[in-house]
Amino acid sequence: MKTNIILAGVGGQGILTIAAILDTAALNGNLNIKQSEVHGMSQRGGAVQCHVRISDKEIFSDLIPLGKADLIISVEPMELLRYIPFLKEDGYLITDSNPFENIVNYPEVEKLKDVINSHPNSIIIDAKGTAKDLGNSKATNIVLLGAASALIPLNEAEIINAIKSLFERKGERIVNKNLKAFYKGKEIAAEIVS
Amino acid sequence: MKKLLLGNEALAQGAIDAGISGVYAYPGTPSTEITEYIQQSKIATELKIHSKWSVNEKTAMEAALGMSYAGKRAMTVMKHVGLNVAADVFMNMAISGINGGLVVVVADDPSMHSSQNEQDSRNYGRFAMIPILEPSNQQEAYDITRYAFYLSEQIGLPIMIRMVTRLSHSRAGIETYKPKPQNTIHLPKNPHQFQLIPIHARNRYQHLVAIQSDSRESSENSNFNKYISGPNNSLGIIASGIAYNYLMENFDDDTCPFPILKIGQYPLPKKQVTKLFDTCKKILVLEDGAPFIEELVHDYFGRNKKVMGRLTGHLNRVGELNPDNISDALGFEMTYPEDIPTIVTDRPPELCVGCAHRDLFEAINQLSKEHSNQQVFGDIGCYALGVLPPYKSINTLIDMGASITMAKGASDAGIHPSIAIIGDSTFTHSGMTGLLDAVIENTPITVIISDNSAIAMTGAQDSSASGRLISICKGIGVDENHLKVITPLHKNLAKNIDVIREEINYPGVSVVIAQRPCVQLPKERKDALKELQKTL
Repeated sequence: MKTNIILAGVGGQGILTIAAILDTAALNGNLNIKQSEVHGMSQRGGAVQCHVRISDKEIFSDLIPLGKADLIISVEPMELLRYIPFLKEDGYLITDSNPFENIVNYPEVEKLKDVINSHPNSIIIDAKGTAKDLGNSKATNIVLLGAASALIPLNEAEIINAIKSLFERKGERIVNKNLKAFYKGKEIAAEIVS
Repeated sequence: MKKLLLGNEALAQGAIDAGISGVYAYPGTPSTEITEYIQQSKIATELKIHSKWSVNEKTAMEAALGMSYAGKRAMTVMKHVGLNVAADVFMNMAISGINGGLVVVVADDPSMHSSQNEQDSRNYGRFAMIPILEPSNQQEAYDITRYAFYLSEQIGLPIMIRMVTRLSHSRAGIETYKPKPQNTIHLPKNPHQFQLIPIHARNRYQHLVAIQSDSRESSENSNFNKYISGPNNSLGIIASGIAYNYLMENFDDDTCPFPILKIGQYPLPKKQVTKLFDTCKKILVLEDGAPFIEELVHDYFGRNKKVMGRLTGHLNRVGELNPDNISDALGFEMTYPEDIPTIVTDRPPELCVGCAHRDLFEAINQLSKEHSNQQVFGDIGCYALGVLPPYKSINTLIDMGASITMAKGASDAGIHPSIAIIGDSTFTHSGMTGLLDAVIENTPITVIISDNSAIAMTGAQDSSASGRLISICKGIGVDENHLKVITPLHKNLAKNIDVIREEINYPGVSVVIAQRPCVQLPKERKDALKELQKTL
């Protein structure tokens, strides 16, 4: 078993939180993990990505080779497309529908969605809106993680434990909000796929 | 249970477990998390391991050498260009040698993700004639650091550990071992070892040259240099550091058919390199950064065509390696379904919303309309983003501190207005001496210290300038009448322009401190800064 996941977004959108949850869940499940992330200048509102690799065998490269990603999860629609060359032919795309427009020449959102939808295995959800409805817009990333969870070969109980342990120090209320976000994301994706 | 650690954190844990008494460093991507990990480590705090930031890399390395002189183990950490700042002590402590184990960690940044060049620190290690260690993964980063302190004390030299961005900033589970105790104070046996006046320095240099054979011997027997046999001798591969991982990624069953020499310790193990050369028809050299090994082993005249790598066009000459360019060098066919869709546009980094630098650049840009000859000399930090649109306020960006000294040189050449923009921490790192140069000649320049009271770009670490800028500038000799403090806020724009204009028109050195805390600072730190200002 070897799974390659690319997490995409803009600096500050919380993709490292998704990565931390995946890492912890994998490690607790006795799997090998490598997770490459971006620090420094790009973190200031620039395009950032994170490569997560999970396997029961030794993992060599910290970076995913082109065409070898099983899944790209993005908290922003244009950022999703930036990493398309990494996607396997039968790989999956999951993204939030809400653009992060901090540049003047941001493309038309509907056109972006058309490009994403032209891909057979793509799921666009309003993760931000969902998180807001649940009373915690910061949990957008967790809604997306829930939506992607069926495609990630990790025990769901391990993911739940990882969410609990990661948010533990912020108190039970925040833990529960994030768990709700996870389950809601999972539910939405299941509806879209069926 | 394995610990999930960044390569940088694994290295830091290795240093704690190797019994260091102190880490000395200045923040710089991709090296910052090493020192931060030790600062945040409960065990390190209990063990009273020194970990406070130094003012720059040179002061850091010298302090580490002082700790080594006292007999204790010390580590100094920096990014690749930081070693340029520390190069003086670096070269000379190879001559003196060490007492307690001393390890110099340098994190290189191939592809210049957050840097102005991609210089390869292995060249410095070779220049100083000291052993270099280069981990290939997170576990090795831990193991190699523990080994580095042993090797340093065994051979009597500082040891360089070379990291690269992708290893520094990638996580994996690592196993740790029982920590070693710290050394007790013990002074050098030879009283002349650290007295580098010519008569002693000549002896020490002879000694350094003489122990090169020990260094080579250590490399030949190192666990971090491994000859891995393979059935297909048409090609032999030298893979150093992280390049080994990218190589192995290209073989599905985790076995490479070609013999491999995996390099993790320098000087190069000559016997093993010779064996690979004698065994294989061609040699492919894989190394992240400069063609350092390749230059050593390739035929100067390029007549035998045996060695392939970055110099021969088999790999990209610049930029980092990855599994894909190595796949290409191996002649494997690359297939990937799609290019980046053309609808995708670049998203460069930008200054945070509400950042004080934005208000400063607005003022500078207004003033540039009044003086068509205005030149703005920039420096290293978040405000370097002022080079990019929408501001495009900065004309130059070279190295830490160069804003002030380049403004001086340009002013000497006749440029007016000649404005330097430098951050508070960069000013104390390398700007103060340049300001003294300008003060001595009362050169007509305007130095704007954009004081956000943090080393912001690397994660808002504490700045050694906080609360000290005015007294430093006065101490250097800046005329009090031309030492101004402004608050860069949009509502103050007109007022701030007036202040800067007045100082531009003054035919001598003036300093304007544009003071407003970094928006990334937590409230407690902003409050603490306010209290500090009140005491001044």
